[in-house]
Amino acid sequence: MAGAGGGSNDVQWCFSQVKGAIDDDVAEADIISTVEFNHSGELLATGDKGGRVVIFQQEIENKSQPQCRSEYNVYSTFQSHEPEFDYLKSLEIEEKINKIRWLPQKNAAQFLLSTNDKTIKLWKISERDKRPEGYNLKEEDGRYIDPNTVTALRVPVFRPMDLMVEASPRRVFANAHTYHINSISINSDHETYLSADDLRINLWHQEITDRSFNIVDIKPANMEELTEVITAAEFHPHQCNTFVYSSSKGTIRLCDMRASALCDTHSKLFEEPEDPSNRSFFSEIISSISDVKFSHNGRYMMTRDYLSVKIWDLNMESRPVETYQVHEYLRNKLCSLYENDCIFDKFECCWNGNDSVVMTGSYNNFFRMFDRGQRRDVTLEASREGSKPQQVLKPRKVCADGKRKKDEISVDSLDFNKKILHTAWHPQDNVIAVATTNNLYIFQDKVN
Amino acid sequence: MFPKGTKRKFSDSREEPVAGGEDVNQSSLAAVRMLSSYSLQRQSLLDMSLIKLQLCHMLVEPNLCRSVLIANTVRQIQEEMTQDGTWQIMTQALSAANAAAQCSADRLVATEVLCRQTEAAQGEQVPKPFPVVGSEGCPAEEVLEEEEAAAAEVGMTMSTVSPQAPTSYLPGTFGMDPCWEEEETGEDDDDDEEEDSEECGSGSEGEERERDSLVEDTRTAEQVFGTFEIKNPAPSPDPALEELFSDVDASYYDLDTVLTGMQSVPKMGPYDLLESLSSHGPSPLSSSTSCRSDLNELDHIMEIIVGS
Repeated sequence: MAGAGGGSNDVQWCFSQVKGAIDDDVAEADIISTVEFNHSGELLATGDKGGRVVIFQQEIENKSQPQCRSEYNVYSTFQSHEPEFDYLKSLEIEEKINKIRWLPQKNAAQFLLSTNDKTIKLWKISERDKRPEGYNLKEEDGRYIDPNTVTALRVPVFRPMDLMVEASPRRVFANAHTYHINSISINSDHETYLSADDLRINLWHQEITDRSFNIVDIKPANMEELTEVITAAEFHPHQCNTFVYSSSKGTIRLCDMRASALCDTHSKLFEEPEDPSNRSFFSEIISSISDVKFSHNGRYMMTRDYLSVKIWDLNMESRPVETYQVHEYLRNKLCSLYENDCIFDKFECCWNGNDSVVMTGSYNNFFRMFDRGQRRDVTLEASREGSKPQQVLKPRKVCADGKRKKDEISVDSLDFNKKILHTAWHPQDNVIAVATTNNLYIFQDKVN
Repeated sequence: MFPKGTKRKFSDSREEPVAGGEDVNQSSLAAVRMLSSYSLQRQSLLDMSLIKLQLCHMLVEPNLCRSVLIANTVRQIQEEMTQDGTWQIMTQALSAANAAAQCSADRLVATEVLCRQTEAAQGEQVPKPFPVVGSEGCPAEEVLEEEEAAAAEVGMTMSTVSPQAPTSYLPGTFGMDPCWEEEETGEDDDDDEEEDSEECGSGSEGEERERDSLVEDTRTAEQVFGTFEIKNPAPSPDPALEELFSDVDASYYDLDTVLTGMQSVPKMGPYDLLESLSSHGPSPLSSSTSCRSDLNELDHIMEIIVGS
C-alpha cells in the first residue's frame, strides 16, 4: 500500500533529511534518547545520551519552490545535563536526557524542560540579533573610558549583529526523585508540570524549584513486595486536574487531582483482560506499557506495549477501542528476545496532528503507521539507502513464515540492534522525525 | 541471528516424564528427549532470569522496571512449580542432600550435586555423568571455596560452581553440548536446538538446582528490593555529622544499597548501611567484573552438571 496518512488522499512519505554521523561506529554519547517538536512545529529538539540537546529550526518556507518543504537546520546546541556522582550511594547518575517537553510560547523566547534520571531543568532559548553600541564610558571591547576624556554624550543604540541563539538554564528542579525519572508532562494550566519516576509522581510549579508535591506514591512499605512500577505519565491536554500513569503490569490509571491531595486511588483504571490463549511466562513483560499519550483532542489515549499499540476511549475502562499489532511476528521469539534483553525495550508512540494516524517504532530501523480511519497500516524504513531527497519510501514487509516473497524480509534477518524507540509528528503538517540509534531522519509527505 | 534455542515455544502440554521410562534401552539421547520439554523450558527460563537478576546487581544503576519484571517472572515460575509439586520434591531432595553433604548453604546446589550420588534423582532415565564425581566426595569444595569468596556477592547458585573442577569429571558419555554453550556459539541447527531444549536443567537435578536457585531467589528478591530501604538507622550519629548532612534529603537513601555495597562499602556516610550490606560482604569491584565474565562459564558448567 502506498502509505498511511490523514485525510482522504493517500500520503506518500518521502525522505527529507538525515542528521547525525554517517559511520556505523556509534559513539555512545551520540545515541538519541528523545525527540520532540514544539507546539508550532517550527522547532525540533533532540536529546542524547551524552546529555546534550540539539534544536533544529524549520526555515521559513521558500515560496518559490513549493515542491520542497522547508528544511530543519541546527538552531542551538547545548549541554543540558552533566554526569554526576552520588557520593553517598557510590552510584553514577547518567546525563542521558530521558525526556524533553516544550512549554507553550509566551514571548519571544522558547522554553523547554529537559530531564535526566534525577534532575529536571528549565531552559530558555532566546535569540539575540542586536546589540547596543555607543556607550559613553565603555569601549566596544569593554575597556573603560576615563570620564575626564569624554567631551560629548551620546545615546547608545542597538545595531544588528549576527544571529546568536543562547540557551540558559533558568530553573533546576533537583533532589525530588529517589528513582529514575521516566516522564515529565506540562499541565494545560501553564503553571505546573509533573515528573514521574518508577514509584512516585511529583507535581511542580514552574517557578518553584525547592518544593514539589507528591501526588502518587506506589512504593510498598516493604520493598520485597514490589511487583509493579510506574512506566509513564501524562497530563490531560485540556483538563488541568486530570493525568494518567501507566504501569509495568499493563494498567493505566487516570487520576483527578481534585479528589484528594494524594492520588494513590485512581478515578479510572484501564485494563484489558488477558487473552488466555496467549498466556506465557512472558505475558506480563510484554504487557508492560512503555508509553502513554493523550490524543490532541483529549478524548482518547494511546498506549504502547511490547507488541502492540492500543487506543483507549477515556470513557471506557474495560478494553481499548482499537488495537494495532506492531510486530506480531515476534511473539514466537519472546524467549530469545528475553535472553538478549530486547523484550525490555521501551518504544514510544505518537499521534498526528488531527489524531487520525498513530506511529511507533520497531526493529531493523522499521517504523509503523496506523491510519485509524482508513484501517490501513504501513511499515517504512529509516535508512541511508532510501535517502535521496524527495525519494518516496517503499513500504516494507516482514515475512513471519518461511515463504518469503521478493522484497520481504524474514524475521530472522531483522537487526535487533537497530531499533527505533523515539518518533515525533509535527503538530500540524505531515512531517515526522524518526530517531535511529544515532541519526535523526526527517520525512515529509510528497507535495504534489 | 538468534542464539541457540530461541525457536523454542512454551507449549502448554506437558509430556509425562514416565514416558521416558519406556526408552530406557535406547540411547541416552533419546531418553532425554522424552523428558518434559515444558519443565525443561521453564527451568531454563528460571535460570536465565536468575542470572539476569544477579547481573543487574553488578551494574551501576539497576533499571528498576526490568528488575521487577524479571523478579515477577521468577515468582511466577516458582508458584507454578509449587502447584506442580515439583517444588516439594526438590525441597525434600535438597534437605536430604544438605544433611548428607554437610556443606554450608552457601555452597549451594553445585556442591550438592557434585557430592551426592545421582540415585537421589527421580529415577528418570537420564545420562548420569557424575558417578565419578560422586564417589570422590566433595573434591570440588576446595576449589569452590576460592570461587565463592570472589562470587559471594553474586549469591547465586551457579556462581559458586568452579569452572575448573567439574570439567575434569565430565564423562565421555555426555555427548551433547550444554545448551548455554550452544547459545553462545549461535549455531542455527534445528536438530541441536531440540537437544538443547531438553538438556537444559533436566530431571530432578535441574529441579534441585531450581530449589536452590529459589532459595537464592528469596535472597535475590531481598537483594534486589529489600535493601532499597535503609534498615532504619537507629544509631545516634555524631551530632556534628548529623548537622553536616542535615539538609540532605533522607529519602535519597532509599536506593538499592546492594549495588553500593558491591563497589564501595566503606564510603557510606553516617547512616550506616553496612548493616544492610553485611550479608553481601565486601566485594572489590574487580571481582564483580571478573565474576560477570565467569558467569557464562559457570552457567556452562552448571548445565553440564544438572543438564544430563
